[in-house]
Amino acid sequence: MNAYATDAHHDDDHHHGPPPGLMRWVTTTNHKDIGTLYLWFSLIMFFIGGVMALVIRTELFQPGLQVVDPHFFNQMTTLHALIMIFGVVMPAFVGLANWMLPMMVGAPDMALPRMNNWSFWILPFGFAMMLATLFMEGGGPAAGWTIYPPLSLQTGNALPYLIFSIHLLGVSSIMGAINIIATIMNLRAPGMTYMKMPLFVWTWFITAYLLIAVMPVLAGAVTMLLTDKFFGTSFFDAAGGGDPVMFQHIFWFFGHPEVYILILPSFGLVSEIIPTFSRKKLFGYNSMVYATASIALLSFIVWAHHMFTVGMPLAGEMFFMFTTMLIAVPTGVKVFNWVSTMWQGAMTFETPMLFALGFVIMFTIGGFSGLMLAMTPIDFQYHDTYFVVAHFHYVLVPGAIFGIIGGVYYWLPKWTGNMYDEKLGQAHFWLSTIFVNILFFPMHFVGLAGMPRRIPDYAVQFTDFNQVATIGAFGFGLSQILFLVLVIKCIRGGKKADDQVWEGAQGLEWTVSSPPPYHTFSPQPVIK
Amino acid sequence: MHTFHRIPGILPGAALWLFSHSSLADWELNLTEGVTEISREVYDMHMFVLWICVWIGVLVFGAMAISIVRHRKSRGAVPAGFHESTFAEVLWTVIPFAILITMAWPAAKTLIAMEDTSDADITLKVTGHQWKWEYEYLDSGVKFISSLHPESREAAALGSGIDPATVDNYLLEVDNPVVLPVGKKIRFLLTASDVIHAWWIPDFAIKKDAIPGFINEMWTNIEEEGIYRGQCAELCGRDHGFMPIVVHALSQEKYDEWVSAQLAAAEAVAASADREWAMDELMQRGEKVYGTYCVACHQANGEGIAGAFPSLKGTPMMLNDLEGHIDIVLNGKPGTAMQAFSTQLNDADLAAVITYERNAWGNDTGDVIQPATIKAARIQ
Repeated sequence: MNAYATDAHHDDDHHHGPPPGLMRWVTTTNHKDIGTLYLWFSLIMFFIGGVMALVIRTELFQPGLQVVDPHFFNQMTTLHALIMIFGVVMPAFVGLANWMLPMMVGAPDMALPRMNNWSFWILPFGFAMMLATLFMEGGGPAAGWTIYPPLSLQTGNALPYLIFSIHLLGVSSIMGAINIIATIMNLRAPGMTYMKMPLFVWTWFITAYLLIAVMPVLAGAVTMLLTDKFFGTSFFDAAGGGDPVMFQHIFWFFGHPEVYILILPSFGLVSEIIPTFSRKKLFGYNSMVYATASIALLSFIVWAHHMFTVGMPLAGEMFFMFTTMLIAVPTGVKVFNWVSTMWQGAMTFETPMLFALGFVIMFTIGGFSGLMLAMTPIDFQYHDTYFVVAHFHYVLVPGAIFGIIGGVYYWLPKWTGNMYDEKLGQAHFWLSTIFVNILFFPMHFVGLAGMPRRIPDYAVQFTDFNQVATIGAFGFGLSQILFLVLVIKCIRGGKKADDQVWEGAQGLEWTVSSPPPYHTFSPQPVIK
Repeated sequence: MHTFHRIPGILPGAALWLFSHSSLADWELNLTEGVTEISREVYDMHMFVLWICVWIGVLVFGAMAISIVRHRKSRGAVPAGFHESTFAEVLWTVIPFAILITMAWPAAKTLIAMEDTSDADITLKVTGHQWKWEYEYLDSGVKFISSLHPESREAAALGSGIDPATVDNYLLEVDNPVVLPVGKKIRFLLTASDVIHAWWIPDFAIKKDAIPGFINEMWTNIEEEGIYRGQCAELCGRDHGFMPIVVHALSQEKYDEWVSAQLAAAEAVAASADREWAMDELMQRGEKVYGTYCVACHQANGEGIAGAFPSLKGTPMMLNDLEGHIDIVLNGKPGTAMQAFSTQLNDADLAAVITYERNAWGNDTGDVIQPATIKAARIQ
């Protein structure tokens, strides 16, 4: 199959290269360029959202208020979450999808390249609007990323900007998802049946459907907030016949599938990485696909477990408790399959594998606390405490984000044609792993001991673990600078990577040169 | 539900024990067992699920560790060819499912008990306000507002310079605690006036949202006399972290005494509203009321927070519009954090705080508002 890549290389480099300069990035319709834009955007937002987290952790270093006003603290928690979710994890996944999906299914580009450009270029404007609220009178949104009314309706000038910004991000996500579905359905290489697609392609395929299903629901919810605030409707105002809890139902009908949007592609990434470095085929490919689909379907009928304390009828609480516990089954299947893939393999531990192994262990820890949270009677104790904060940070940071970082290390030599600095990568992994646990593990303890989340100041008995967490936060934040250095170093040069890059790697992306030509797979390869 | 068998954990058990050893006084690690039957059931279930997770973790991470140590290329491992096994896959679908059922059964039983609020001896209505709690004993008519203790409030101001460690029960103390009898089924009715709050006492293992326009129910039965502390658990705005909950659980006799004393005090307050008050008296009382109810938004210097909470210093309403001032304090301003205080404060308190606001921070209007004026304004 190498022949195709070489041919393509010759054709395209000479006739269809990118225009030079800045306009290349503004006008590009090339999936690789757009993938790069997404990934850089995500990394920049990662540092912005990270600085906000450090503001939060600095204030929480000791009891009493030392640094920020509680109102500003609430703005930080709100924007930190919105940025990390919509500005970091989702764009990073779309960036990886842009770079890799066409190369993994043997397509020359994404199916809808102009829309691809647009869906990226909406993002900077959306986030500029969101961040601009910090400089407005009354400050940024401070009602939490969940923007529950009536509290969110007390937001000042920031509210309409926040809502329009969410609309923009939603439009961008939906276009990205449509593009991914169109690419996967139409541009697979001849012979690549659905059940031959790499798992990263599968998980993204399912994620894209989740996005299309739920982003409009969020758009509806925030639009109702807008009309409640400015046009006299009372969707969520009991005084006008509305119901504030209805917002929570609508929000979490979006929100729960959303948390799987934030994790499924990472499942796909580690399902690529672990077989490569175990030199063994992925265990239980079919069950991996079915488990992913089950998780996605279940995600639509578990939403109210985020709101067990709102006073649902007993039957409702039971239903959402049982369905939520059920998610443990397909999730368990995935973890068991990853471990079985390693079993009797021939493992090596390059940086991508380290991040994948870290993912499996720490995501599972987050899964355990998720199982505990699923049980309604004990959730009443955990709900809205730091135990929940510990839970979702475990699944999102050493979960989703470790998956993304692992994916970047895995494909960085392919993208740049240079090997990254392995020593630096290993240092990045170990520092990140040690500090991420120092940061988030103590949060389990303060949460169980009774510390509510989203508070800028706390009773003195919570001091010790909060100090530990703050030290972990700074350690983790600073460790990420290593990553930035490593990526820049790798782009500028280094040991040349061959086409295969990793000894055990399978898949079409490894059949093209490193770096791949501007246009790959034209004509398409044939899968036998 | 005391029948939970603690699954013995040797290694992880030892690790947890080491950590939970009492020498680490403040490094509180675990959920409280609490002081009610329900709270102990909840605690036991928490430990039961925790041990299940620990053991699954030991198995999964153990298998991983064996692979990482033994099946590594540097030791000459050769990859095996297998990549599926229907038997294994069915097994690890069915076994977790069975484990889930053993968890779901007791959870459902406890949940049913928790949601049964019937046959209560006492009903306490709890109303959340930004950022304080209002309590009304529906059986006896006792009613009061409970907010953060002034000592904590002072220490919690940004850059106050006061070490929180020197404040007793920093952020977990209130001016007026809830008093409840032990050994009685107490039903809580929860609602709110502005945004959603949540009422939570870890030792009772109950938490529920207080939602404006709706009433939620929950119950407890406290077994031991004592002081129990909790906090608002739902983000409710700027001072979300500063509206604690304190319950004093007393014997029935002491509780009855407390109720009589509260009723007598309420009568005295009602009587005081009918007399003429002096300026000094109003200013003194007004400063206190302001410090409890208004300071969180409008700040001690009356200047508010630009863009979020308006200033009261030298504004047209303060200087020239007495009627508007009384109206906004009594009835609030919909769509903002400004609440209707007519239901929270008595005539004397309202008269005092309005007098205070019109004469503090150089406003100096000289206006003296009598409780009778407020009483008249209420009727309109």
